[in-house]
Amino acid sequence: MVLTKRQRTNAVRLGFYLLTGAAVAAVVLVPDWRDLQRAFFQWDIVTEQFPDIITTAAKNTVLFTIYGFGGGLTLGLILALMRISSFRPYRVFAGTVIDVIRGLPALLLILLIGFALPIATDVRMSRTGRASIALAIVASAYIAETIRSGIQAIPAGQMEAARSLGMSYSRAMVTVILPQAFRIIIPPMTNELVLLLKDTALVSVIGFTAAERELTRFGRDGVVSSANATPLVVAGLVYLALTIPLTRLSAHLERRAGRHR
Amino acid sequence: MTGPAVTEPGLLDVPHGHHIVQVRHLYKCFGDLEVLSGVNLLVDPGEVVCVIGASGSGKSTLLRCVNGLEAATRGRVLFEETDLSDPDCDIDAVRARIGMVFQLFNLFPHMTVLRNVTVAQRKVLKRGRAEAEGKAMDVLARVGLADRAGDYPERLSGGQRQRVAIARALAMDPDLMLFDEATSALDPELVGEVLAVMRGLAADGMTMLVVTHEIGFARHVADRVVFLDEGVICEEGTPEQVIGDPREERTKQFISQVLQH
Repeated sequence: MVLTKRQRTNAVRLGFYLLTGAAVAAVVLVPDWRDLQRAFFQWDIVTEQFPDIITTAAKNTVLFTIYGFGGGLTLGLILALMRISSFRPYRVFAGTVIDVIRGLPALLLILLIGFALPIATDVRMSRTGRASIALAIVASAYIAETIRSGIQAIPAGQMEAARSLGMSYSRAMVTVILPQAFRIIIPPMTNELVLLLKDTALVSVIGFTAAERELTRFGRDGVVSSANATPLVVAGLVYLALTIPLTRLSAHLERRAGRHR
Repeated sequence: MTGPAVTEPGLLDVPHGHHIVQVRHLYKCFGDLEVLSGVNLLVDPGEVVCVIGASGSGKSTLLRCVNGLEAATRGRVLFEETDLSDPDCDIDAVRARIGMVFQLFNLFPHMTVLRNVTVAQRKVLKRGRAEAEGKAMDVLARVGLADRAGDYPERLSGGQRQRVAIARALAMDPDLMLFDEATSALDPELVGEVLAVMRGLAADGMTMLVVTHEIGFARHVADRVVFLDEGVICEEGTPEQVIGDPREERTKQFISQVLQH
């Protein structure tokens, strides 16, 4: 039997539909949904999570994200400017710092700064303060590389034009280069923000009081006290309520940037 | 209007005389490549000097050494009494008095035309907003673009962008204007409007150092034409002599080649 091209395409498509349908049917029919719901989404445990999961846990997650991103942006900008400096020791220093931070697991850095530092030294700082600084340092290396790529995407003629008008290097950087660079890197920066928001889940390893808990720790404690997975599922849904709008925003900004260039 | 530098107090006391630019035994290397091999060039206030020569002859590099965008490998470049190779010299102050127009315009794309023309006045010369904007409208009127002050550069044609770039440099009240192949990136039908503005500047007594491929412009506007070949000045003199009746064999070849097109 010889099939025309169109008949072949239709046959392949029909086969694909059948397979997909079978998979969906298997997912719907095979598990015991009542059991699953009892383990992962018990309604009375869901309602127990509120309002604390919002007023304490989500609030702390957002605060850690803001502190970490604010600090990371500041440190990252300094590192990026050092990285492209004409003064070699600055370049070497910034390059080394960035390589070290990016080459270590975020969890290890958080343990080092948030957990080991006060044990080994006299540094006295609140747990949340240490956690925020650890997050800022982790974020700064990635943000520095993003900013650097943005600065280097600006044509050299922009700096030359600014300098030829008598602007100093730093004046030209602030007035001419950085405003253009930041416009380019808004989409990848939004991405960094989402990554950092998810990384806040790591800081609970340094041990928090009830009021200091962020979403993951809150969900984990809930699992222990209720002997049920529901609290982690609810925490996950709250994460998604935060991250998906940000990811969408990033995609939107990227599309808009693409249109204007 | 004569060249403004002539009336500058103290200039006559300068031991080097009336020259606004002195290039002495200038050598410039990029790595192993020697681009300028001992160039001597003097420019007097009010003079229009056109530098011609084949691609790669070092014309643009010579121009960029005059405002310090490139540093001399050996030899000296003086702007009035300031030696640009002196590490203590205030290069930004020198550049504020030298306007430069680039082949690729290098307008600031994130600023309106008005802000392109006011930003260096505000940040470098510390002029007030009203004064800077008044000056900007004057120079924009001079290049025929006062009605485009509110537009962003991307809405302008190449010729209009280059005229804005000229206005941006003029707004600083420069004592010297450098033109680096200002019409080379333009569509042929847009070259005329830019050359007309440059001709007007020359007629008003502006001191100009012009790197150009426009032999017609050099012939009619220049006080002096310099033919650069393989990093050295091969021939120098009035346009009638250098373009009309060249002495050197290489100049004859170059002139006959460009005139064929």
